[in-house]
Amino acid sequence: MAIRKKNKPLTWNRKHLLGLRELSSEEIKFILDTAEGFEEISTRSVKKAPPLRGKVVVNLFFEDSTRTRNSFVLAASRLSADIIEFTMKTSSVSKGETLLDTARNMEAMGTDIVVIRHGAGGAAKLLSRNIDSCVINAGDGFCEHPTQGLLDVYTIRKIKGTLEGVKIAIVGDIAHSRVARSDLWAMTKLGAEVTFVGPPTLMPAGVEQLPVSVSYSLDEVIEKVDVINMLRIQFERIGGNPFPSIREYSHYFGLTVERMKRAKPDILVMHPGPINRGLEMESEVADGQNSVILEQVKNGLAVRMAVLFLVNQAAAQSH
Amino acid sequence: MKTPFGKTSPGNLAFVRNGCYTLADFRVFLRLRLSGIMTVILNREQIEQALDEVTAQIIADAPEGVDLAVIGIRSRGEILAQRLASLLAKRLGKDVPCGTLDITLYRDDLNSPHGDSQPQVRTTEIGFNIDAKVIILVDDVLYTGRSTRAAMDALIDLGRPEAVRLAVLIDRGGRELPIQADYIGHKTDAAPGQLVQVNLVESDGTDQVVIE
Repeated sequence: MAIRKKNKPLTWNRKHLLGLRELSSEEIKFILDTAEGFEEISTRSVKKAPPLRGKVVVNLFFEDSTRTRNSFVLAASRLSADIIEFTMKTSSVSKGETLLDTARNMEAMGTDIVVIRHGAGGAAKLLSRNIDSCVINAGDGFCEHPTQGLLDVYTIRKIKGTLEGVKIAIVGDIAHSRVARSDLWAMTKLGAEVTFVGPPTLMPAGVEQLPVSVSYSLDEVIEKVDVINMLRIQFERIGGNPFPSIREYSHYFGLTVERMKRAKPDILVMHPGPINRGLEMESEVADGQNSVILEQVKNGLAVRMAVLFLVNQAAAQSH
Repeated sequence: MKTPFGKTSPGNLAFVRNGCYTLADFRVFLRLRLSGIMTVILNREQIEQALDEVTAQIIADAPEGVDLAVIGIRSRGEILAQRLASLLAKRLGKDVPCGTLDITLYRDDLNSPHGDSQPQVRTTEIGFNIDAKVIILVDDVLYTGRSTRAAMDALIDLGRPEAVRLAVLIDRGGRELPIQADYIGHKTDAAPGQLVQVNLVESDGTDQVVIE
């Protein structure tokens, strides 16, 4: 008879979080389990714990952001780290400094963790190969936005109990969405069935090679899914006209009160933000009882605390 | 007593009590074989007795009119805290709130490369306000005092208790910080290389304390 070691803990040894595609399902679950332990910090009288005391976190954002950026600032503060805020508009990037030069200069000041958002896919990876600090990808081009993917599955797992067998539709501008990609990896690795929904012009090239079903009709999908994640049309990234008019897009792919009547009564409505109310989603739906959009934001804080904690742990143990 | 694996002192094997082996016994045997020498220092009855004594002392010390609450340090302290809370509740004739504290984020070896194997963050579950209560902080083994230090820092971030008292099942000596327990189930001197392990039914299938 063998002694069964009960849930032998996984050892997290990644000092960078670049994407979810490269993570195993065990690693993803480990981050989610760890995040549960961080939720409580935000509920108590002293909303702070000391594990990153004396560490410096740099927010290196080359693109605009509200949620992700502030969420990382708050997460790092709650873990007692010091934070340097970098914004492209007020920095020497506008004078022509390159990404690596900027990062190396920041590192020379003694940074431990760099959180980067950049318009070019692979920017986080490039950085991780060239600096000593831990690198956390906060969105790179159309590639990945791993902490968003993690907070999405965390939110679903918290409410539904599991991702196993859960049917999820991701609707809208899939082609330009790094959220859709990170979501896809996290959700399918945890056993969910994902369908991309949108007009053919907004489907990414090579979508048939991904572990996902594709539908061009929201009406066909709406009744069957347990979770629906609505994406924003990323006008700033779109060249050309992917659909004849906003009104037409909204008519076919918008989440309206009418469409919601045909959905399962306990469907979870998600959105990574920012919402264009009335375009991909009607206000009544965004603020309705099935909406977990603000839960996502709340959970993002716990997930980001967990990620900051884990990469720092991995770095401490590799020294 | 002769066991299938040589001369040891399996004080609380079910075999001794009722003539047949249980799953817990096999786990004990296997662990004996894997680890070499192992001595049982407390058996089931002795653990029960120690907890009874600690309960009586806590009640004798408790000031009138102040609420008691029990908080266990994950993970064995959590189980002991639950047992202690129900013993206290029985004797006092009223509910004694019980919570669980995860001290991972407060450990002093988090950023040390020589730290233990990677600690896993778990949840702190304290469903009551600790302000103005006398908190009985419970751990299984008191050794260096570092866990207690971490637990006190974690508690203070949750509120301002009237007092914090430390109750442990085993005090094995070897302190590295100026910390002492208020309530001790059993005192033993263990050498630095030795492992004092508290096994409890809820987590390990059997109640016993062993030194390896």
